[in-house]
Amino acid sequence: MKSSPPAGRAESSGPVASWWLLGPGLLWMGLLFVVPLSLVLVISFAERGTYGGIVWSLSLTNYLDLLHPLYAHILGQSILLAAVTTMLCLIMGFPLAYYIARAAPGRQGMLLLLVMIPFWTNFLVRTYAWMFILRTEGLLNTLLLKLGVIAAPIELLYSNTAVVIGLVYGYLPFMVLPLFVALEQVDRTLVEAAWDLYATRWVILRRIIVPLARPGIMAGCLLVFIPSLGAFLTPDLLGGARSMMVGNLIQHEFLVARDWPLGAAISCLLMLFVMGMMRWLLHAAKPVSRQEDAS
Amino acid sequence: MRINGIRFFLCLLLLLLWGTVACQRTSGDAGQKTLHYFTWSDYVGPELLAEFERRHGVHVVVDTFSSNEELLAKLQGGATGYDVTVPSDFMAAIMIQQGLVAELDSTKLPNAATLEDHLQHLPFDPTQRFAIPYLWGTVGIGYDSAVVATPPDSWAVLWDVRYTGKISMLNDQREVFGAVLRSMGASMNTKDPALIEAAKARLLVQKPLVKAYASEHYDQLLASGDVVLAHGWGGPVARAMIDRPSIRYVVPKEGGTLWADCLVVLKSSPRKELAMQFINYLLEPQVAARTAERLLFASANKAARPFVPSRILDNPAIYPPLDLLPRLEWMTDVGAALRMYDRAWTELKMH
Repeated sequence: MKSSPPAGRAESSGPVASWWLLGPGLLWMGLLFVVPLSLVLVISFAERGTYGGIVWSLSLTNYLDLLHPLYAHILGQSILLAAVTTMLCLIMGFPLAYYIARAAPGRQGMLLLLVMIPFWTNFLVRTYAWMFILRTEGLLNTLLLKLGVIAAPIELLYSNTAVVIGLVYGYLPFMVLPLFVALEQVDRTLVEAAWDLYATRWVILRRIIVPLARPGIMAGCLLVFIPSLGAFLTPDLLGGARSMMVGNLIQHEFLVARDWPLGAAISCLLMLFVMGMMRWLLHAAKPVSRQEDAS
Repeated sequence: MRINGIRFFLCLLLLLLWGTVACQRTSGDAGQKTLHYFTWSDYVGPELLAEFERRHGVHVVVDTFSSNEELLAKLQGGATGYDVTVPSDFMAAIMIQQGLVAELDSTKLPNAATLEDHLQHLPFDPTQRFAIPYLWGTVGIGYDSAVVATPPDSWAVLWDVRYTGKISMLNDQREVFGAVLRSMGASMNTKDPALIEAAKARLLVQKPLVKAYASEHYDQLLASGDVVLAHGWGGPVARAMIDRPSIRYVVPKEGGTLWADCLVVLKSSPRKELAMQFINYLLEPQVAARTAERLLFASANKAARPFVPSRILDNPAIYPPLDLLPRLEWMTDVGAALRMYDRAWTELKMH
């Protein structure tokens, strides 16, 4: 986007070379993305055999079954939890990313490393760690009791609050990293110019920094929202499986109920929903950015 | 361009290598004497495997699965190369139906002659043509006798508001519905929509009391005191007893699930002879007794009882008292009714 690639060299290699270079990627995407996804789509129109196999047919039974308000309810609750997670990640991630982006270049690497360190440990292990922290007799309750902040232990584990804590914890780096990239590229002279023109901090943030960081905000929100929507480990472990997110429902259909066709149909609807939402988001974002460009 | 071309060829080479290595793995094993055992995680003592390897001069490779459904999915997905596996009773029935299991030769399995009486004629395989019971037990209630003062004898205790937030249920729709259906005096394998609906209503009433639906870590919940009543398999409850001696186990008077994990030889196994030797070895009285002691599940071989320490033998969470048997029920596949259970379970989770 910012700097167009040296056009001459790219063209001299010719289209044949670019196909060669695209080959491995295309092969990879074809074999491991398009083929499995097509299978999911095909299976979603099949029917479940008595013993859990797939009976090939072309029926809409699975989709008609999904019209039950129950499934809309599950999707609604998942969207709510994922949206809350995304908002919290944005609120917590933005100042952090801004701080890292404005830090001295030498410290930036160190700070980014700190953001990424949790990835060195398996997500499951980290989720179990949260179970120990949030338990009735866990770390947090013991600490708060000792400090006299609370009189009786608070029941945090096995609630939607615990699920959101786990999701925010797990996906915060996915918000911070794209935000950092976007914020680092914000031209500091624009901020200085705004100061010179007597803009307040709030105005600078709202009229300059946020609009310029918009691609990073969008990318971060999508990177947090989409996996949160499909999460199934966190609701099971930290939510005590007391409620279901759509990810749990899909996992349940595939692995427990052995109802692949219904599970595939839910997956297809979820993908459709996410794609629709992304289109709408990109569409909604466009006119604003043009306006900003013009002003 | 040149560098990228080299990179591409390196990638291609890697892909080809990967392919040949994968091929070699499967073809190479067929030549050597290697047995592939597909089992639950931590379901066999390494020293017992080592002994079998020594005795027969073979190599045993263990792969693990975490649920019956995962096992079936992997086998249906075309996983080959496994010789012996251990599905639970209802899954063994499905695997036999699906033709995934090879017929056994009883002359190769002398140790299977001394199975517990009630395990000799499993409903889905009455003559032991396909499956040999290995470990067995019940589903009941683990409770902390220091808190639950009067020993519970009915599933109704799981609806007692005094224990609000101190109850865990298995995260398993058939087991949870099974417990409620038994408490209503019905079969846990009912296909009657009205009964399933009534069971769901009772579970919805119970839900505010339930701290968590957990199938994996309820032994920790019991041991840490986070819950004082846990619906679950006996083995993990017995494990919780080690950390918290006040834990007890009961199968309610209305009855509960009787389960048995069964050893089977897969039809796709290229080493059926060795596979049967392995099954016979696992059932050997001393080996079976050591397995029961390690895993805290009862061995299906009656001849193992004399070798099992009395603290294991007398623990009802591990060795169910035999007078319970008339009240226990095998779980069977409910076929098309599963979608009703499924819908009811999902509704339970959404309230």
